[in-house]
Amino acid sequence: MRIVVQEAPFDFGAEAETFASGRHDMGAIVTFTGVVRDFGNGTLDAMEIEHYPGMTQKALEAIAEEARTRWSLGDVLVIHRYGRMEPSEKIMMVATAAPHRKDAFEAAEYLMDYLKSRAPFWKKEHATTGETNWVAAKDEDEDALSRW
Amino acid sequence: MDVLYFAWVRERIGLPKEKVTTEAATVADLVAELRAREDRYDLAFSDLSALRVAVDQELTDFDASIKGAREVAFFPPMTGG
Repeated sequence: MRIVVQEAPFDFGAEAETFASGRHDMGAIVTFTGVVRDFGNGTLDAMEIEHYPGMTQKALEAIAEEARTRWSLGDVLVIHRYGRMEPSEKIMMVATAAPHRKDAFEAAEYLMDYLKSRAPFWKKEHATTGETNWVAAKDEDEDALSRW
Repeated sequence: MDVLYFAWVRERIGLPKEKVTTEAATVADLVAELRAREDRYDLAFSDLSALRVAVDQELTDFDASIKGAREVAFFPPMTGG
């Protein structure tokens, strides 16, 4: 299990390749990556992500540990950035390795649902106009937790 | 204890962290003390349903005890991922 919280960009391809390599007993590797998305009309200048340094790592580790108790997993990787990112930059990734794909898929979805609402990150949008907006949590994100 | 603020709570109160000496028994008692200080605190804590709290870096609720706590953090619902 590897949990990384960092400001610097990460190499998604290299991370995925390393994670997927040399596993003789894992038949399924699932990866997800979250990307800074523009509003669709070129008006987002950047996304700023704030976090709670003392708590973030522990919260992510607890979520990953819980996933490992619920599914048959060989390994888990979570990388989450903070700081300022521009549209198309990768914010975060999760990867799961399991003997079978159902566990790998479900655990990846579980990790995403929980780290969206239970890991201490906050997104602030910076528009090209100079206006800023703290992204509000959605009810559906909270509702997503109840299915687990 | 250290009291920490994040995201718009930090912006509204105007600082990320401060030392607070309190006899408050619960998070809610601490919030009441902070609200009584100044308008900026009163405003930041005016709707507790819009806030989350962590005591010693564990998410909890406003009824939680803060006896012996080293760190209490207030922030809006999280938006990671």
